[in-house]
Amino acid sequence: MADIKARVKVPSTAAKGEIIEIKTMIAHDMESGQRKDKSGKVIPRQIINKFTCSLNGKEVFRSDWYTAVSANPYLSFFLRASESGTFDFAWHDDNGSIYKASAPITVS
Amino acid sequence: MSDRALGRAGLTRRQILIGTAGIGLMAMPRWVQATPAEAAAAIAKITGGAKPAAGRITLRLPQIAENGNSVQFAVAVDSPMSEADHVKSIHVIAEENPFPQVATFYLSPANGKAEVTMRMRLAKTQTVRAIAVMSNGSAYEAQQEVKVTIGGCGG
Repeated sequence: MADIKARVKVPSTAAKGEIIEIKTMIAHDMESGQRKDKSGKVIPRQIINKFTCSLNGKEVFRSDWYTAVSANPYLSFFLRASESGTFDFAWHDDNGSIYKASAPITVS
Repeated sequence: MSDRALGRAGLTRRQILIGTAGIGLMAMPRWVQATPAEAAAAIAKITGGAKPAAGRITLRLPQIAENGNSVQFAVAVDSPMSEADHVKSIHVIAEENPFPQVATFYLSPANGKAEVTMRMRLAKTQTVRAIAVMSNGSAYEAQQEVKVTIGGCGG
């Protein structure tokens, strides 16, 4: 799964103190380890087990995911606009890969 | 063969395909199903043994989920999200999934509003529980039953 596509939707500007919604989605099978292939062999688990969001390098939101998270995980959450800068999003795969996305924000 | 017979043959083939997919979905290993007791144990671990109170937390779910592979849920907690009083974590538990834990969200005053939306897999009709742990250590819970028409194999 080399071509993992992650998308994030963040408002480009916000007033200081305003509560903004962040929407994220990543293309990933979230293979649960419960399914079997045609020959009856269990397909090994491979999911994204952790999601983090940081603003200017400081973590502001984190989530642990288990096998019950649907394929192509969608997640929306809220943040209080505090300062201008860059949001960095990271999805941690069971196989050690980290998929990344970022988005700028201007807070006035 | 008349057109009608052809049409019927086509439909039959499609039905067979759908049927096969259905068998695939149903071929989940039953023995891995978790029990509500296991889910309760997981919750006790989250809350440190304390019984979570009702209220302050809202769990939004469809009453009937046609496809258990993708059931959207939203959890909102009534909290000022200040330094003194905020939600520390939100846990979502699907009692009868092979693995009851769905996701855990860690929050702080930086969130401003304690609300998350996501999509989960549900293996079968069951009760979904959401637990919020507050900054003062208290816990709140909401739960709802979801009827699942086609189970999500993922569990």
